[in-house]
Amino acid sequence: MSLIDLTLAQARAGLRAKTFSARDLTAAHLEAITALNPTLNAFITVTPEIALAEAEAADRALAAGTAGPLAGIPLAIKDLFCTEGVRTTAASLMLETFVPPYESTVTAKLRDAGAVFVGKTNLDEFAMGSSNLTSAYGAVTNPWRRAGDDTPLVPGGSSGGSAAAVAARLALGATGTDTGGSIRQPASFCGIVGMKPSYGRCSRYGIIAFASSLDQAGPMARTVEDCAILLGAMAGFDPKDSTSADIPVPDFQAACTRGVKGLRIGVPREYAAPGMPDEIAALWHLGRDILRAAGAEIIDISLPHTEYALPTYYIVAPAEASSNLARYDGVRFGRREDGADLIEMYERTRAKGFGDEVKRRILIGTYVLSAGYYDAYYLRAQKVRSLILGDFTTAFARCDAILTPTAPSAAFAQGEKMDDPIKMYLNDIYTVPASLAGLPAMSVPVGQSQEGLPLGLQMIGRPFDEETVFAVAAEIERAAGFSARPAIRAGVSA
Amino acid sequence: MSYTIEGKTGPWELVIGLEVHAQVISRAKLFSGAATVFGAAPNHQVSFVDAAFPGMLPVINRECVAQAIRTGLGLDAEIHLESRFDRKNYFYADLPAGYQISQYQHPIVGRGVIEIEGADGTTRTIGITRLHLEQDAGKSLHDQHPAKTYIDLNRAGVALMEIVSEPDLRSPEEAGAYLRKLRTILRYLGTCDGNMDEGSMRADVNVSVRKAGEAFRTRCEVKNVNSVRFVMQAIEAEAKRQIAVWEEGGVVSQETRLFEPGRGITRSMRSKEDAHDYRYFPDPDLLPLILDPAWIETLRADLPELPDAKKRRFMAEYGLPAYDAGVLVAEQASAAYFEAVARGRDGKFAANWVIGDLFAALNRTGRSIETSPVSPADLGALLDLITDGTINGRIAKDVFEEMVASGEAPGAIVTRKNLRQVTDTGAIEQAVADVLAANPDKVAEYKAGKDKLFGFFVGQVMKAMAGKGNPALVNDVLRRHLA
Amino acid sequence: MPLDPATVRRIAHLARMHIEDDDIPRLQTELNGILGWVEQLGAVNVEGVKPLTGAADMALRMRDDAVTDGDIAEKILANAPERAGDYFVVPKVVE
Ligand SMILES: [Mg+2]
Ligand SMILES: [Zn+2]
Repeated sequence: MSLIDLTLAQARAGLRAKTFSARDLTAAHLEAITALNPTLNAFITVTPEIALAEAEAADRALAAGTAGPLAGIPLAIKDLFCTEGVRTTAASLMLETFVPPYESTVTAKLRDAGAVFVGKTNLDEFAMGSSNLTSAYGAVTNPWRRAGDDTPLVPGGSSGGSAAAVAARLALGATGTDTGGSIRQPASFCGIVGMKPSYGRCSRYGIIAFASSLDQAGPMARTVEDCAILLGAMAGFDPKDSTSADIPVPDFQAACTRGVKGLRIGVPREYAAPGMPDEIAALWHLGRDILRAAGAEIIDISLPHTEYALPTYYIVAPAEASSNLARYDGVRFGRREDGADLIEMYERTRAKGFGDEVKRRILIGTYVLSAGYYDAYYLRAQKVRSLILGDFTTAFARCDAILTPTAPSAAFAQGEKMDDPIKMYLNDIYTVPASLAGLPAMSVPVGQSQEGLPLGLQMIGRPFDEETVFAVAAEIERAAGFSARPAIRAGVSA
Repeated sequence: MSYTIEGKTGPWELVIGLEVHAQVISRAKLFSGAATVFGAAPNHQVSFVDAAFPGMLPVINRECVAQAIRTGLGLDAEIHLESRFDRKNYFYADLPAGYQISQYQHPIVGRGVIEIEGADGTTRTIGITRLHLEQDAGKSLHDQHPAKTYIDLNRAGVALMEIVSEPDLRSPEEAGAYLRKLRTILRYLGTCDGNMDEGSMRADVNVSVRKAGEAFRTRCEVKNVNSVRFVMQAIEAEAKRQIAVWEEGGVVSQETRLFEPGRGITRSMRSKEDAHDYRYFPDPDLLPLILDPAWIETLRADLPELPDAKKRRFMAEYGLPAYDAGVLVAEQASAAYFEAVARGRDGKFAANWVIGDLFAALNRTGRSIETSPVSPADLGALLDLITDGTINGRIAKDVFEEMVASGEAPGAIVTRKNLRQVTDTGAIEQAVADVLAANPDKVAEYKAGKDKLFGFFVGQVMKAMAGKGNPALVNDVLRRHLA
Repeated sequence: MPLDPATVRRIAHLARMHIEDDDIPRLQTELNGILGWVEQLGAVNVEGVKPLTGAADMALRMRDDAVTDGDIAEKILANAPERAGDYFVVPKVVE
């Protein structure tokens, strides 16, 4: 097996057995990036020199027996994580030249574990999008193709660059962030595994904020176990983030082998809304069958406010974003456009620096918080959010995890769904509720659409019960045996 | 107490409320670990959090919360066991995040009171609406370059307490008294140094005017006035402006204004044109601030004696008149100084010396009570020398001046300069006899009924004795000889 | 409550984003579309419901009052679009 086809767990074993060196492993991935990134545009910035230096350091540590748990593992980092000395853009022109003088907690933890960063991956601008089409650095192309059709497809978003990079074997794993589905939906579109942990499990320090009460970092990889290994290194209490949970990090990898016997799996009837495509409904059925066969009990549950989750999200997230993005004003860092006075400087800078989708959300967010509208929009949305959390709390009294589809469709083409923002927003219809409730949720590839594109299922757990989510995900992964590979991947075509 | 301003249409009442921003005494900032010391080089006390770099997050400083609680307790206010932080959104060059973290809906401290005293000695209770914690902004320097503004973020993120009064104040004098009293309380509590020159206390003044018996009319807010004197001037200027507007048939519109001390006027603030829409919402980077009642009780137990209580005690314990007690408690240091002098001595006697001679000397030498050249122990020793008759009151004044000049102990000065009071009747008899013998004409006048010449004889005798004669004995002997 | 062009302009100004006059009709349509869509929340009975401000079910943790940061002026200013000495520089502000 070639070095780029290994799972993270296999690569780790190989490095420890000295079957190959970290330098070789990193070089193989850098080579793949060189070959495929011009096609995929998965990376905004590639850092080969740094990666090779880190790989050599990992080899020394492996030789000396001081290696961390991720020593020598090439990872791709979403360009929303601030990395000291390496340009961090959030896929925005606003931060085209921004070089953070500090490191995010999550990437610092990964570095401490010995990981090698091959580069910064593309995303929707400021993580606002579900297609990667809003990046100021060009769209990411999904490595998958419809059968017999060369139309470029979107990788999903906002962590689309990370998903594409992992699917195309440009890295063994990647970091993503998920605000309303930004890890899970691209994972589903690209046929990989993605986990959004509980809100508060991973520190938000040093991650460029989109919507603070929703943003969570999480792992993306090709197997459930790889995600578990990555999350083990990313998670943990951070005194620099007031919303970080001060609780121990369990052994997620061990949880992957627990099985599901005796677990009660809730299937929310509201998700089976009319209009769910047959292939998605069939996939969901398959998931139920797998879990039932493995000894779980499938129970019907109700999440009555499900239909209100998306509109709630599209008030809460833009409101927070409009405030979070006020700091991009051309004064201390980032882009500046000259103006005759301060206000003109602000207005020109922000007009030039932000793309259309970001502007749209800032305007919506500004409006729903403005005098006279706060109660009707923002306050009401927070109350509905409370009801949505209540739905889950009630449901989890009867079940241990919830099973749903990840997305309402397979990956779509780059020109589709562009006429109306709301059509695009509907991509997150199944992922947003868990985000609003701060719950751990994960997407696992289970089957393929009629056109041969990957489709994922989502499992949602109780707050801070990622272990059960991993257990369910691993069971489904084993039974589904998803083995299809994308058309474009390293070592195959360029 | 009913202050009015006379307009063309008759007298106008003033309605005044103050929002005081008091800088919290703490080592580090409210939400970051950067230092708060005044006067550092530009942008040297700034963290990435203060400069609102991407991905930076606030973490609250426990001591700043404690200081707000102490202040609330000192203002007899309710402490809210749950409070929250909101974002106040507006763009300004020295506001790095584009929002200020403040407490809007749920402040940490609720209703309280401050008692102020009028010039006539009457007291009035002024309501405190609330106290909340918030971040300070940075500093904009407009005078460094003709076309540019320079930004220093050292102050950005320093903790402020915004203390809001009810619109209970009715005159510039009351506003001044309120500010001075608030400053005294904050300094007692050690929660704000009250240094208005360094901007650690700034006031926003809300002013409106009305005819007697009317409901409130529209108010204007005069921003950032930085001395008690300017607050009083700004109130008067703004009230007069509003009276003129009303009397000319106009309407006062609610707006934010700026006081220009040089010209003695207020003017509209352009930069605040659309500032009314702050789009407050709960800061999602922070969680509700939940206070442990036991912690509040610990803080309460450690509160110092506050000025009102101290004043009452000084009156009861040392028999001081209200005025003296009020003067002494205005600063904790003078109160402590006084107590050190008064303990075990006559309180009124001690107060006279501290308020009179000591304060005059400090004033003259430009010193503060903390750097007084005369220690309380030495001043006490001086009082003892008077009380036990070692020196008389006249000589004591000279000894005190000597103490101020040299810092020497009073006993040493008395000995060195041989200033002991003469109580030896023989010496006094001799001096009296000499004086009377030298002034036979005056003696004759006195005996003919010119009583007030007695003082002249006392003066002459004291002069002959180099001021050291015991005044009571000198009087006795003189009276006897002149009888 | 559909947005009129003046409101679009006012919101853009509040958000300090210059918008071209030509863009206003498009923005008006898009924003009204989104706002009309989120207005379905009006159908939810929220009486007596406590608003949820964040997903973290915890109280605020407090840190010690110690100077642990700052004195990094060079790093603070390293990304500045314009600086003079150790100051950030912006176009003249009129108060
Ligand atoms: Mg105010
Ligand atoms: Zn304030």
